[in-house]
Amino acid sequence: MGRKLLTEHINVEGIHTFDVYRKHGGYASVEKALKTMSPEEVVEEVKASGLRGRGGAGFPTGMKWSFLAKPEGKPRYLVCNADESEPGTFKDRYLMEKLPHLLIEGMITSSYALGARTSYIYIRGELLYVLRILEKAIAEAYANGFLGENILGSGYSLDLHVHPGGGAYICGEETALLESLEGKRGNPRNKPPFPAVWGLYGCPTVVNNVESIATVPWIITNTAAEYAKFGIGRSAGTKLISAGGNINKPGVYEIELGVPVEEFIYSDEYCGGIWKGRDMKAVIAGGSSVPILPKELILKTANGEDRLMTYESLSDGGFATGTMLGSGGFFVMDDQTCIVRHTWTLARFYHHESCGQCSPCREGTGWMEKVLHRIEHGHGHMHDIDLLVSVAKQIEGNTICPLGDAAAWPVAAAVRHFREEFEWHVKHPQAATAPGAVFNKAESVLA
Amino acid sequence: MDQTVEKPQVQFSEGAMAEIRRYLSHYPADRQKSAILPILHIAQAEFGGWVSPEVMDKVAEILNIQPIEVYEVATFYTMFNLKPVGKHVLEVCRTGPCMLRGSDQLIEHLENRLGCKVGETSADGNFTLKTVECLASCGTGPMLQVREQFYENLDPASADQMLEDLKALTVRKPWEENY
Ligand SMILES: Cc1cc2nc3c(=O)[nH]c(=O)nc-3n(C[C@H](O)[C@H](O)[C@H](O)COP(=O)(O)O)c2cc1C
Ligand code: SF4
Ligand code: FES
Repeated sequence: MGRKLLTEHINVEGIHTFDVYRKHGGYASVEKALKTMSPEEVVEEVKASGLRGRGGAGFPTGMKWSFLAKPEGKPRYLVCNADESEPGTFKDRYLMEKLPHLLIEGMITSSYALGARTSYIYIRGELLYVLRILEKAIAEAYANGFLGENILGSGYSLDLHVHPGGGAYICGEETALLESLEGKRGNPRNKPPFPAVWGLYGCPTVVNNVESIATVPWIITNTAAEYAKFGIGRSAGTKLISAGGNINKPGVYEIELGVPVEEFIYSDEYCGGIWKGRDMKAVIAGGSSVPILPKELILKTANGEDRLMTYESLSDGGFATGTMLGSGGFFVMDDQTCIVRHTWTLARFYHHESCGQCSPCREGTGWMEKVLHRIEHGHGHMHDIDLLVSVAKQIEGNTICPLGDAAAWPVAAAVRHFREEFEWHVKHPQAATAPGAVFNKAESVLA
Repeated sequence: MDQTVEKPQVQFSEGAMAEIRRYLSHYPADRQKSAILPILHIAQAEFGGWVSPEVMDKVAEILNIQPIEVYEVATFYTMFNLKPVGKHVLEVCRTGPCMLRGSDQLIEHLENRLGCKVGETSADGNFTLKTVECLASCGTGPMLQVREQFYENLDPASADQMLEDLKALTVRKPWEENY
């Protein structure tokens, strides 16, 4: 069994309440930081831990903090990104629902490090029930002197609020999130300036994922050196993986970075293997935006090495033969999955969620959805397959925010690795649209 | 008696106003517009699951901003219903990860049971059927949301049971007792 750092006490009865959480060592990092460390020391400690952002991009958290513009009379803000909308990802919801005080503790310690006096948790609007859990926990934290004026007599004061979104994937992108928090449509901003200079209300701001912030308490309480002992190389620590799709044991698992992918999928400690005794066809390892990989390539790299659950190993081979750890939204497809249909639902998702500001994304996502719909429903042409690749290429890198790339990559990767299946749909529309029909490379006499 | 279309009385209850004031206190005095999304959620719960132009005008009045500023926000975010809805809105996740676990079949089952298509309201006015994108519940799909409640790991039997329970349910507002 791997060691759990964030979720060690997650199943303790009543851990969502202040008293039980405190009894299990909760809020120790706030005491330690506010009483014995300067804000700069907290930042240095997080830097030394090697923690990388858990929202998807994997940018080193301590480094991001150190970019925050120096105080010059303006307020500074910490905003927690709890928008969790990346298809396949449900770890932040789990963490906030079960361990609300862990996130609050992380917000206090991190806000202290950044010099923020007011901080916000921006949670997706669909999770209003989780917002209520967090608000209850925040009220407890105020009542016990961990929020509000002069926390623990340290002279440091902090207000913490939860803010609901309104249903828009794009508000997970940090500048769209800030626009939304200001009461506007969620249109991403041009960067630079980055939020570290011009963020919420034009003030220096750090935006961090729920899991990133929830990791800070362990690092501060136990030291960066202890944290860095977990994981492998630049993939330090543990990561929450939300496992879904066609597996026996879907759920959220805290793994030490470095677990082999094969063990993660097949061992009973984690996913428990493929459901219904079937074989595995493909995996999307880091949320819907990362490239899909067929069974052979998710288990082993192109060089024949075992693929590990680390940032480096999953991206080994680049986009030709690799993928990304991303948000940790790991979903598995069995041999009965139609890749074309699945890719179409994802293209439809990105089209639906494009904010519409840039034409390559607005038009391109609609185009890809339409072409995939046509192929899936038996009206496709052979040249449609290359058309998909060409549209994806024209979106990639030509947009204000990374949603364009996120929409292009899954489609390009599906065609890259499963071209025969797309061709089969075009060549045999009747077979392909028959109820329950699935392309099977080994058995197919049609292809 | 003349039966004109009932328009919602655009007067927030005291409970709703208290919630609104609580949210307004979260943002700097010159940044009160930040409260627009929280207030729209409160408005939708208060006025039967949707926000009419009159309701949006009222929200603009509370925030002291132009009505257009509320319209442009309410139309951008998918959670706000801009037309009347049934007593309950079923929001079924249709995205890939849920599809792998049977959302296509769930949607078909609900359409048959309710006698209406996605986007429509059942004849008895009890249910509006909507599809939505990933609700961060992919490990427990197929699933759907009704107001603040998630219904997960649904199969035909549990979906039918859910429909029965919802029909009998008295809808309460978050700031009311026994919510
Ligand atoms: C379209 C899009 C959606 C995103 N959604 C989320 C999200 O739901 N949650 C999240 O933490 N980060 C999301 N991100 C990444 C954020 O922009 C940002 O990088 C992240 O919150 C930084 O936190 P971290 O450094 O702690 O990972 C998204 C990015 C893009 C481009
Ligand atoms: S890439 Fe898409 S989502 Fe991002 S700003 Fe442009 S149109 Fe909006
Ligand atoms: S795909 Fe349905 S909840 Fe994520």
